Amino acid sequence: MNPEGPSDVQRVPVTTPATELGNKLPLQVWDLTVAYQRTPVLWDVAFQVPPASLVAVVGPNGAGKSTLLRAILNLIPRTSGRIQVFGNDFELQRRRVAYVPQRESVDWDFPVSVLDVVTMGLYREIGWLWPVRKKHRARALEVLNQVGIADLAHRQISHLSGGQQQRTFLARALAQDADLYLMDEPFAAVDAATELAIIQQLRAMKQRGKTCVVIHHDLQTVPDYFDEVLLLNMRVVANGPIDKVFTPENLQKTYGGRLTLLDEVSTAMRRREKSL
Amino acid sequence: MALESIGSTAVDSPEWTESLLRLLTLADYNSRIVVLGTMLLGCAAGVVGSFTLLRKRALVGDAISHAMLPGLGLAFLLATLAGGDGKFLPTLFAGAATSGLIGALTILVLRSTWRLSEDAAFGIVLSVFFGAGVALLGVIQSLEAGHAAGLEGFIYGKTASLSWGDLLAIAAAAVVALLACMIWFKELTLLCFDSAYAETQGYSTWWLDGLHMSLVVIITITGMQAVGLILVIALLVIPAAAARFWTNRLQPQVVISAGIGMAGCFCGSITSALFPDLPAGAVMILACVLLFLFSLLFGMEHGQVWRGIRRWQWQQALLRQHLLRAIYERAEAKSESQNGSIPASVEVSELLAARSWTRARLERLIERAQREGEVTVIGTQVSLSKSGLIQAQRLTHQHRLWELYLITYADVALQQVDRLADDIEHVLEPAVIHELERLLQGRTDAVPKSPHQLPESI
Repeated sequence: MNPEGPSDVQRVPVTTPATELGNKLPLQVWDLTVAYQRTPVLWDVAFQVPPASLVAVVGPNGAGKSTLLRAILNLIPRTSGRIQVFGNDFELQRRRVAYVPQRESVDWDFPVSVLDVVTMGLYREIGWLWPVRKKHRARALEVLNQVGIADLAHRQISHLSGGQQQRTFLARALAQDADLYLMDEPFAAVDAATELAIIQQLRAMKQRGKTCVVIHHDLQTVPDYFDEVLLLNMRVVANGPIDKVFTPENLQKTYGGRLTLLDEVSTAMRRREKSL
Repeated sequence: MALESIGSTAVDSPEWTESLLRLLTLADYNSRIVVLGTMLLGCAAGVVGSFTLLRKRALVGDAISHAMLPGLGLAFLLATLAGGDGKFLPTLFAGAATSGLIGALTILVLRSTWRLSEDAAFGIVLSVFFGAGVALLGVIQSLEAGHAAGLEGFIYGKTASLSWGDLLAIAAAAVVALLACMIWFKELTLLCFDSAYAETQGYSTWWLDGLHMSLVVIITITGMQAVGLILVIALLVIPAAAARFWTNRLQPQVVISAGIGMAGCFCGSITSALFPDLPAGAVMILACVLLFLFSLLFGMEHGQVWRGIRRWQWQQALLRQHLLRAIYERAEAKSESQNGSIPASVEVSELLAARSWTRARLERLIERAQREGEVTVIGTQVSLSKSGLIQAQRLTHQHRLWELYLITYADVALQQVDRLADDIEHVLEPAVIHELERLLQGRTDAVPKSPHQLPESI
């Protein structure tokens, strides 16, 4: 047993970027390494996401799940690695990618209504100088209807429950009508009705050929909700279809027994950084 | 207090009303310039300040304005040494903007490179730059006493001596700031609300933050003349914070903030013109603070007075609901002991045992419930009216559902459930009640039996 060795990593063999198959994949990541203050949080992450699939990103706290999404979206600098979205650089495919951040990431006392937040997903399309017009509001209402909170459209966002906040964020991403959705814990601390509404939305999106990469915490529901899973703990433990990859051994590797060597190296680097 | 005493002495002089009239009608050329200039400034600061507040950058603005002082001094020195007019505004402004910017960058570097905490970085930059500026002004003063006089005006402002040129500068800055906020309204909104999302949408947050900070610098520079660089941040923050009490939407927030800024500057400049001994900049800020306090108390959305009233009303409703349930439960117990015959009424003394309320309080409560048509009183007998009965049934239903839920699912001891359910019964939403009914099957419409003995006395 050699849990730290890269040879142990189970994954679909990653082809080189130039292959024809690669050009159609919604998301491909090669050798991604991200470090905060020179302490690595993600090591050599490589995986790919098949089209029209629902992918769960699963791993313990501090596994670098949010960091992975943020690195894909160019929100944080990466130390090394390549990322392709639909066979192209992310910057060229921005419009086809929608991000659903954690809902704690914003101040919900902000003076805007639910409809205002949803139309933010259309700002790029509206363009600068132009105001939000009737057709944009109609579109925003339509997606609010899809996630089941159209009746709250004109409510100020501070008067929303956690589940309603989450649906608002999902609606904003839906309004953008992207092809790849990256969602940071959309199911975290939401009520049962919201969970159902979101999963129905995800399935409907899959039907329309959209791809969703979703950070998920509830291991029980992973096989029900998703087609593929990416098991992550600073590096990729396993990646692939649920039935092949979502095994007790792989989960044990992801959650049980910390990846001692990686951890030790990180701590050593942090100590060194501090002592300098 | 001080203001009032000065005011009352001034009222005695006969010219006072006349001079107020002249001011209000803007009869004097000078007061016209001062009032117009400060109002334009207040308007622009209110608009830009709304974004500053929402982006949580008020401290950055403060640091920038303080960091402008050494730039002013250096620009004055260099221009004088080069043989030009040291007090030529464009060079002074350029110097101030440059050093303000350097101050902001220093904060960034301190934070990211040396990992200094944010408040420490602000404290250091603010005091070091301002201290250097004051020292520089001292040097200038000692070098050539005559020419330098007036530079201090930038620290505390020199509202009363605003010139036509100053007015033009303020007007130009206000137009630029207002136009920029209109053109990039959506983008600035997105930046303030969710900058990470803005970034994923392809907006450069660097650029947008830069735009916002430039607007802050423009307001600060032109505001230095009117209120001084120490206080100019207040014009950005106070009207915006005050406007937040009036509305929950961004467009009205910006407009109201501009209005409050204008009103504060108008009142302040008029007051200081009437009482020339008062520093105009400070009075304008104080006027804004008064408007802020007014908003804090009476703002339509978050005003404390309305909040207090709403809270009081809620408390009263809670007490009345407790009364209704107490009457219902006592009457119910009676009817059971009388083999189900319709319970007519309960004694006030019986109710007294139901909760820890005093007799006087209970009687006041009954009186109020009677006025609301929820109970009828005959002698010492209290009975529920039709509407009161419906309410009481609903409340008791909710109260007992919650009690049952606590006993069944939360393992709460029987003696405690009554007290625990007491606060919950008022806030249960229909969806939750429905869920409870589903969980505790077979208890859909009738009021379930109480799972415990009624409290006899406390």
